[in-house]
Amino acid sequence: MKTKTRDLLTKNIVTIVFVILCILGIIASQQPLPFIFKELLTRVGRNTFLVLALIIPVIAGMGLNFGITIGAMAAQIVMIFAISYGATGFGGFMLCMVLSTPIAALFGYLTGVVLNKTIGQEMITSMILGFFANGLYQLLFLFLVGTVLPIGNEMYLIPGGVGVVNTIDLKGNLMYALDDLWSLKVPTVLIIAGAICTALLVWMQMKNKATQTKDQKKASYARIGMGLSLLVVGLVLNFTTNMYRFFDVPMITALFIILIAVFNIAIFKTKMGHDFRTVGQDKHIAHVSGVNVEKRRVLSIVISTVLAAWGQIIFLQNLGTLNTYGSHVQISTFAIAALLIGGASVTKATVGQAVLGVILFHTLFIVSPMAGKNLFGNAQVGEYFRTFIAYGVIGLSLGLHAWKTFAAQQRKDKIDLE
Amino acid sequence: MKDKIMHGLKSIGIPRLTIITLLIVIYIAAYVLKLDVAQLFSDNLVRMGMNGVLVLAMVPGILAGTGLNFGLPLGVICGIIGGLISIELNLTGLFGFVVAIVASIPLSVITGYYYGKLLNRVKGSEMMVGTYVGFSVVSLMCIAWLVLPFKSDAIRWPIGEGLRTTIALTDYYDKVLNDFMKFRVAGIDVPTGLLLFFFFMCFIVFLFLKSKTGLAMIATGSNNKFAKASGINVDKSRMIATVISTILGAIGILVYAQSYGFFQLYTAPLMMGFAAVAAILLGGASAHNAKIFHVIFGVFIFQGLLLAALPVANVIFPQGNLSEIMRVVVQYGIILYALTKAGGGQ
Repeated sequence: MKTKTRDLLTKNIVTIVFVILCILGIIASQQPLPFIFKELLTRVGRNTFLVLALIIPVIAGMGLNFGITIGAMAAQIVMIFAISYGATGFGGFMLCMVLSTPIAALFGYLTGVVLNKTIGQEMITSMILGFFANGLYQLLFLFLVGTVLPIGNEMYLIPGGVGVVNTIDLKGNLMYALDDLWSLKVPTVLIIAGAICTALLVWMQMKNKATQTKDQKKASYARIGMGLSLLVVGLVLNFTTNMYRFFDVPMITALFIILIAVFNIAIFKTKMGHDFRTVGQDKHIAHVSGVNVEKRRVLSIVISTVLAAWGQIIFLQNLGTLNTYGSHVQISTFAIAALLIGGASVTKATVGQAVLGVILFHTLFIVSPMAGKNLFGNAQVGEYFRTFIAYGVIGLSLGLHAWKTFAAQQRKDKIDLE
Repeated sequence: MKDKIMHGLKSIGIPRLTIITLLIVIYIAAYVLKLDVAQLFSDNLVRMGMNGVLVLAMVPGILAGTGLNFGLPLGVICGIIGGLISIELNLTGLFGFVVAIVASIPLSVITGYYYGKLLNRVKGSEMMVGTYVGFSVVSLMCIAWLVLPFKSDAIRWPIGEGLRTTIALTDYYDKVLNDFMKFRVAGIDVPTGLLLFFFFMCFIVFLFLKSKTGLAMIATGSNNKFAKASGINVDKSRMIATVISTILGAIGILVYAQSYGFFQLYTAPLMMGFAAVAAILLGGASAHNAKIFHVIFGVFIFQGLLLAALPVANVIFPQGNLSEIMRVVVQYGIILYALTKAGGGQ
């Protein structure tokens, strides 16, 4: 039992440290909880989709795809042109989703081809590729638009007629195009989610009753308990006076996220998903057993890039401003940091880790400026601290992973020698 | 003969050839557009000396097999701290500059030691880990710049907290190397001191590479197992290379700063490693092989390109910041090219 607890601790050490950091941060920031919750709700809706775009390449053994920046660029290219030609509302939003798909797929294909040439160095390559693509992106929007390429509305051009302006306001065209379609209050959502979960879990329990071991039974009851507590919390919030009753949950955005989460889980039940996994575990064995390794690797990056493009559109419709030359730059760092904080590694990532990671990372993001101000008398400290956290956690888990791989390799070499 | 030429061209590589051609075209364009070519060339020399040592810092890492040292910001930060110490002591001129270097060396030895230790544990992923260690330390140092107890008015903000984002060197050692024995020939200003210092550093590294330790290092990089079999301590060689690279990074930023006239704190060192990497790659180095010649040639064409492209592009295409875009594309394009060439294959 003792070793089991210790195992659990060491395996999830990153996540545990961040849970503690978040709690300390919340205390130090002296912000009211409902405020933090409301901010968090917005940020989870905004960012989760992008983080989910990272999972498939991780399983396929390509590591963390820093190239999701390129997907985000595809999204922004489509959005800027679509807005200039008058795209608005949900129709405009869907148009952007549809049009960005082939472009992102093409970018993803090219990324995949390059990454197949740098096996073992995929992450650094995808990062440099992101920087490189950013140069071409700037060439497009600073130079080609207005000289070679037409744009729908002169208003989006820099005075002088060449290049697209720095910031594009999405108010009145795409802002909240998805979020505002249908929203429910927090307690209602909790009640519905709690009821559905409980019902589903009870049904599964009934179905599996005969074949269950004792441990499985315990776990199943624990899960039902969690479902029920969601329901209870929802009911309590609904019938008492509190701030949470007034917060909206964008249901369609949530639905999009759930759909992609289900897709990420379901794909690993298919032949294609199995192939990804085999390629990720051992390229040589995959090749011998008849999987086209290179094709599968490219495909995983294509999927990731397309999802990233969609994720960026969701992100921007919530944010409300499109920073032509900046919105995409930090996307990969933040998404990857969030995923890792949730407990993922270079070779393992799940949907649950992604969601947990987004919650923890963004809690820290919300509270750190105020915490910095209260602790050091300077909000800047907190802001630099969160950047450090993002870079630091990536550096740390890359380092740990490389260390483990290297140590395993050495052990193997030793055995071979003997 | 024809084969020989073809082979030569192939070994240079198409991207490098394109960029060298581009540089020549830009210089010709500058002449045609009646820009001051002599001035352009003097600036090119200054830029070469200014960035040279930072690029030189790439050599030990590449040769010892730790790859392109994207962790260069670590050395840069040690150099900046050394420089600030010298300002804090109110030292000026060449003496101040020398003290800055001397102060930065112990710092960079310690930093390099631990960085080297880390790189020895993550063999195979040095570049990625190095990049993110560099990023982490730069962002951690952002907090440190806010709280470090420097007292000098030149370093602190006059009101508010923390150190200035840019620290002017005008009263301290601004251009001490650049102006040392400077002379003018055929309209070209030659920054003698700067170039001498750069070549002197190159020479030291060259001598080091010929020494026993240096040769052991090269052996480590070219064939790990062979080196081990011939009794070379692989980890120690890699460690020495990393320490030297970090020291060169520190000296490099001091040379850079005295020429530029400012120290830049906070996020400025973040991307400095990439420019240095791009320069040496353009000079003909790969992820596994580098020569002193690659440093000198690479930094000359890369900085020349960045410098000369700006006025030329501004005359031909007044709108848009074409030269900055070109910098991004060239810089990361050449790194990408080198990565695909070095690629693991199956």
